[in-house]
Parts: sequence; C-alpha cells; structure tokens
Amino acid sequence: MAMGKRAIVYRRVVLFLLLWSALLTGTANAEFRFPMPEFSTGYEHEDMHLPPDALTPPWLDIALLTGVLALTAWAVLRRRSRNWVLALSFFALAYFGFYRQGCVCSVGSLQNVLNAYIGTGHVLTFLVAAFFLLPLVAALYFGRVFCAAACPLGAAQEIFAVHPVQVPKPVDAALGMLAYLYLGITVMGVAVGAGFLICRYDPFVGFFRLGGSFNMLLAGGIILGAGIFIARPYCRYLCPYGVLLRWIAIFARRHATITPDECVQCRLCENACPYNAIIPPEPADAEPRRAGALRLGKLLLVAPIAILFAAGIGWSAHPTLSRMHPTVRLAERIAAEEAGVYDEMTTESEAFREGDEPATVLYAEAHALNERFKVAGAALGAFMGIALCARLFRLSVLRHARDYTIDKGACLSCARCFKYCPVEPPEK
Amino acid sequence: MSTETKPGRREFIRAAAVAALGGGVWMAASPSAEKWVWQIDPHKCTQCGRCATHCVLNPSAVKCVHATKICGYCDLCSGYLQPAAPALDTGAENELCPTAAITRRFVEEPYFAYSIDEDLCIGCGKCVKGCGQFGNGSLYLQIKRDLCAHCNECAIARDCPSNAIERIPLSRAYVLKYDENAGEGA
Repeated sequence: MAMGKRAIVYRRVVLFLLLWSALLTGTANAEFRFPMPEFSTGYEHEDMHLPPDALTPPWLDIALLTGVLALTAWAVLRRRSRNWVLALSFFALAYFGFYRQGCVCSVGSLQNVLNAYIGTGHVLTFLVAAFFLLPLVAALYFGRVFCAAACPLGAAQEIFAVHPVQVPKPVDAALGMLAYLYLGITVMGVAVGAGFLICRYDPFVGFFRLGGSFNMLLAGGIILGAGIFIARPYCRYLCPYGVLLRWIAIFARRHATITPDECVQCRLCENACPYNAIIPPEPADAEPRRAGALRLGKLLLVAPIAILFAAGIGWSAHPTLSRMHPTVRLAERIAAEEAGVYDEMTTESEAFREGDEPATVLYAEAHALNERFKVAGAALGAFMGIALCARLFRLSVLRHARDYTIDKGACLSCARCFKYCPVEPPEK
Repeated sequence: MSTETKPGRREFIRAAAVAALGGGVWMAASPSAEKWVWQIDPHKCTQCGRCATHCVLNPSAVKCVHATKICGYCDLCSGYLQPAAPALDTGAENELCPTAAITRRFVEEPYFAYSIDEDLCIGCGKCVKGCGQFGNGSLYLQIKRDLCAHCNECAIARDCPSNAIERIPLSRAYVLKYDENAGEGA
C-alpha cells in the first residue's frame, strides 16, 4: 500500500513537471510521455471496438436502379399509367432518398466521373460509374425515365407539384439557362479541385437525412414550396445532370407519345404539360421564309462575337471565381492577417500556422490556382455563350408540325398528358 | 414516323454511342469494386471542433476513439479533467467532456482506465486536444463507418482546416492510431 501511495506522488510530480515543460516549450511532441503500465492485478487492455461495415452492397443499388428504370419505361411506354409512375417515384424517394440518405445519386455521380478524367482526388468506383451511366443509356432508348421516377430529387418535387401553372415560354427558356451555368461551374469546380458543388448545394439532402444546416433546409423548403405552382423547379432550372439527359433524350429510340394513335388535334392536351414540353402545331405558312432566314443569318453573325464576349467576362471574373477554392481563400486570409487587417485568426489560418508549410508556398499555390481559374473562367464563359446561342438558334427555327408533339429534351415522362388524350389505343 | 427512315443506321449509331459512353466511363472506374469510406488521419487532425458541428448528421458520425494500448492510465488525465478543475474527481464541473461521455474506472493504484460512451460522444475533440497536449495522445477522433452517411462530398472534409479527412478503400479502414498488427502510427 505504501508503495502505491509513493507511486501516486511520483506520477503526479512527473505529470506536473511535464505539464509545465509542455506549457513552456509549447511543443506538440506528445508520443508516449507516460509509459504504458504493467498491471500487477492482471488487468487486460480493453479491445478497441471496431464497428462492422454497415454498407449497402453495391450490386443491390445497381439492381434497384436498373429495375426502377426498366419499370418506369414500361409504365410510360406500354402501360401509359401515371399511377405506376407515381408509385415508382414513392419507392425511389423512400429507398434512394430516405433509406440511402441521398447518396449514391446519379446527379452527383457526374462530378465523380469528371473527377476521374480532369480532376484529382477520389477514385471512381463501379457503383458510381453505373449510377452515372444507367440513366443516360435509359435516356438514349426511352427518354428521361430517370427523371420520371428513379431520381429521389425529382420524386420529392413531383409529389409537391399539386397545382402546376404554365410558366411563360420565354421565362422558361431563360431560366433553363441557369442549369447550364450550374453545370459549367460544377465542371470548373471539379477541374480546379474546388470540391463537389452539386453535393454542397443539394437542397433536398437535408430532408433525406432529417437534418441539415439552416440554409440547406431553407433552400429546400423554398424549392418545394415554389414547386407547388412551378412544377419541379430544381429539375428544370438547376439540375446539371438534367442537361446531359436533355441532350441525350432528344435521340431517344422510343419516347413517350401524347397520343397512343393518330393525333386528332382536339387541343385537349395543350395545357396538360406543366413542363412546357408539348409543342403545338405550327402551320407551314406561319411566317414568310425570307423573314426566318434573315433572323437566322443575323443570329449566326452575332454568335461568334457573343461567345467571345462571354469568354471575356468569364476571364475577367477569375478573382471572384477563384475564391471557390479553399487554398485561395486561405492565402488571401493569411496575406490579410500578415498585413494586419484582422486581429483574430480563423480556424483555417490557425491550423495553417500550426503546420510547417511556409506562407510563400501557399501564396505560390494560390497564384498557380488563380492562373488556372483564368483559363477555366474563359472556358466557362465560352460554354455559356455557346449554350445561349444554341438555345436562341433552336428558338428561332420554326418547325412545321401538323400535330401536337413532345419536346423530347424537355419531357420528363411524368405521364400527365396521357389522360388528356381522348384517342383510344389501336386494336392489335 | 418520317424521322425513322433509316432504322438500321440509327440503331447502329445509338449502340456505338452507348459503347463509347459506357466504355469511356468504365475505363476510368477503379478496378477495385469496393466501397470507399471517409476517414480522419489522426496525425493531421488539429481538433478544431468542426467535426461536431459540420457533419450532416446530428450528432456527428465522428466519435472519439481510445487506443488503450498506448494509454498511460494516468489518474490525472488531461483528456478527462479540466485544466483548472476545482477538484480532481468525477464531478461534472471537473470533467473536460461537455457530455460526460468519458467514463473513468479505477484499475489499481495509481491507474485509471478510461472508455468512451459512443452514444454520448459528439466528436468535439476537447478530450483529444487535452490528451494530445499533456498525455500520450491515445484519444483521437475517427469517423465511425457504421454511423457515417457516406456522402459523396464529406461536409466535414470540405471544411477541415488541416485536410485531415480523406476517402480510403473499405479494406484499409480504420485508420487507427495504434494497430495491434502494424504497430504504432499505422
């Protein structure tokens, strides 16, 4: 017992000495200040408790996505049933949304694929590659069936779209350009290593996880609230993956049709689509041929100038754009602290000063990134210029159509218009 | 329909597009089909406290882990007690942990064993900082893979000031401070 008491005193003295020496020198040399005791009572170390890998097997996710895509294609093309589409939407919302908590998702997988090619960092797994590919392949054959029922983000909004109103076509077209901007900035973010923007600003993931930052939940709430009247605002005006699906769905092999047989031009479906995806018939003599050709000529003349101008804007926006990158932000902060602008350090600058990296290395890194942002900004501007001109080009060309047809790019295969069509399917 | 005039050629182009797209993406995919998980490198961690607040889950999926093999079993534990504790006992006002997630158990003179109650731990890292400053550094923060939501972009990793969080293959998780087989710092 006396030995024990002495040992306590001894340990306390040693501890206080070390405590003081650590305080005085401020070193972080913390490895094994105290030798591991040998217990005389035969006490055993507690084993470290390692949890099992509670991960869903990747094949299950891939199988379920394939199944939902196939069933949706069947529901839209064969069954022509909105109830089936809604039922599949609920499943996708429950499984991919709430159970899988919004990850893995095809919208975000775009960034992983880009990262494997032009970025650095994470490795692309087969699961994520499959989630990127399957909806695109489905779109090439059946249209945007992924948007219809397999996407949890789309499903959440579809359920809220209870009283959709028609957004005026020009407004719809203009807002649609936002998705291109979002896509462009996402690609740029991945290319320069500034992180995954789609994941960061995913407005619904907070709901799926039943918790999130206030801003995330607020954004999600606004989008869902607006979605009561403006059906699926995220899908139409923001979703970057939707842009890819739109491009591919134009070439869909078997796309949903409004009517199961010949269109009788009853105009009943005219207001059926909340997504502006029904193209009304355009008479051949809507405008003189000369007027159309002249407008197109002007557009083609202006296009290169507009693209160059947009690239210039992107280039000159590089100081703002480069703040996307944490290294640039840190370098600016450190430089400002050195110049005496701030009295306090941020958590980032404090952690940086604790490390051994000199500030000059950080400045050089930030400078190199800034140069990359100049090129990336110009590319982003040019992309936006091209996208804008292509959109204008498409809007200015009048297609002479006799029937009400579906705009395959914009159609989300929601199956709303089917019940507006009075035509009976042909007898087989 | 008039647009389907040459179905053979269209089908071929479509199949070629699928092959090109699929092949391109598949080639870039990692040959290891395993899952990747987010883990903290305990040697880079500065215990800024953001693990407790920046995780999308509440409470955070980051918990304190205790490497008992390198613990000093000190009675005056700087990870357990406040720096200016009024008394050196288990009173709440003396404890460093804001949620009393560390339990202290007497082993033998003069040693005490410490263990973490994971249900209470919020991953704030206060004990880790204390243990690292004056002790052996046996307490450290780690992302629990059974709790983690496996976000595509870890919200803590994004805001980690020391870039201590990285994605590693499941077979290489956990990143432990002390591994029985590999030795210290594995």
